[in-house]
Amino acid sequence: MLRKILIAATAALGLCLGTNALATEQGVIRLATTTSTDNSGLLAKLLPPFEARTGTKVHVIAVGTGKALRMGQEGDVDVVLVHARPAEDAFMEAGYGVNRRDVMYNDFVIVGPASDPAGIKGLSDATEALKRIAAKQAVFISRGDDSGTHKKERALWSDAGVQPGGEWYREAGQGMGKVLQMAGELDAYTLADRGTWLAYSGKLPLEVLTEGDRRLFNPYGVMAVNPQRYPDTNYMGALELIAWITSPEGQAIIRDFTINDQPLFTPVAVTMAKK
Amino acid sequence: MESLGQATTRALALLFSGDAALWAIIGISLKVSLQAILYATPPGLVLAFLLAHGRFPGRRALISTFNTLLAVPAVVVGLSVYMALSRNGPLGDLRLLFTQEAMIIGQFLLAFPILVAMGHAAIQGADRRAWETALTLGAPPWRAMLTLMHELRFGLLAAVLAAFGRIIAEVGSSMMVGGNILNVTRNIPTAIALETSKGEFAQGIALGLVLLLMALVLNFTLGVFQGKGELRT
Repeated sequence: MLRKILIAATAALGLCLGTNALATEQGVIRLATTTSTDNSGLLAKLLPPFEARTGTKVHVIAVGTGKALRMGQEGDVDVVLVHARPAEDAFMEAGYGVNRRDVMYNDFVIVGPASDPAGIKGLSDATEALKRIAAKQAVFISRGDDSGTHKKERALWSDAGVQPGGEWYREAGQGMGKVLQMAGELDAYTLADRGTWLAYSGKLPLEVLTEGDRRLFNPYGVMAVNPQRYPDTNYMGALELIAWITSPEGQAIIRDFTINDQPLFTPVAVTMAKK
Repeated sequence: MESLGQATTRALALLFSGDAALWAIIGISLKVSLQAILYATPPGLVLAFLLAHGRFPGRRALISTFNTLLAVPAVVVGLSVYMALSRNGPLGDLRLLFTQEAMIIGQFLLAFPILVAMGHAAIQGADRRAWETALTLGAPPWRAMLTLMHELRFGLLAAVLAAFGRIIAEVGSSMMVGGNILNVTRNIPTAIALETSKGEFAQGIALGLVLLLMALVLNFTLGVFQGKGELRT
């Protein structure tokens, strides 16, 4: 009996491995991206038409920008879609990536409780808002995970000349969605990308208090992992995916992607009419 | 990518250089898990005793229930505690979510079934006559229970150590209800999860080594006690 089970298990395992091998023959593209593109639901709209057309599967690994770039640097993925321009430039200069393209941009917003203890509602100067939050020692949740949003937040604090720390400044070390939930539970402020904010806003007792600052601008770039460094990556697949994301069709999908009738991203790869 | 060897070397350097951030995380882990085990042990063992020696309807069902609860994943416990403590939850007014107290509640719930199930097994394996003799000698039931527990201390300690081993290493519940906040609710397992997601492998390995060392000490102690337990006749 035991032998029969063993044989069956081995057969099943073999079958699994077999289908895996089949998948790589047909082609799998491993895309490391940020939690913001995945949590917002954009990729669920953008990738299926590409998969249907090319017959390749895209495996999405959604992590913070820092980790996504590191995965590219170590050849664990084929293509990277992130939002942290200085880190991206360093990645390209070090020769880890090739064929970088601008894809789209959205912006960051500072959200907080409606009671707004720090009085930042309606400000369009992000650093002024942060100064007031620090002065009031109002609870602020930081991503604290080295993501693009976290890098942006740290840059803003240093622009504001504030060294955040203490009981009111809490580093969560988690993704955007989770941090927004925490801010909602704790009546706290946080910096969020508009995409994730819109995806979660209906479920949270928070509102956008500060927006529209040029410094809150958030551009996204896509790049292929350098095939000379890692010959076994799916370079052709990566280029196909980059081509799709930056094609008029792909860009139109990005342009038309809305949550609660609010557009999330503005495409920049090809010039197109606003809808 | 630094090799495993390089990362481990850096990890050891971090540990022995007294890296403040690292030791703060270790301190939080111990503080939370020790409190959880402290609160869970007395009621858990008393319940184990009642299940072993009590005679009441539904006893068998209860024993089965606790044996089943052994297999409940930490994330499920975490989710339940999260729902209960969340603003819209029944205990939302306590404002406990994302605090050490919330982590203690989660770990208490994880430790409790282990204490009951393993404690019950240890007590059941004992000679029932010891309990009856103590009662006939005129000891009140609670005294008799304490006497018997003292007799069985090695088996019961094994239950406590096993429960502690589970909660010191669980990540699911702590991450959910604690929120992994630096210097507040970031313990060893959630810190490992975070450092790995940031690509800071040395930090992760250093913390992993601490966990391994703890597991080693726990298991070694467990082995010693169980060995002693066997020698008793």
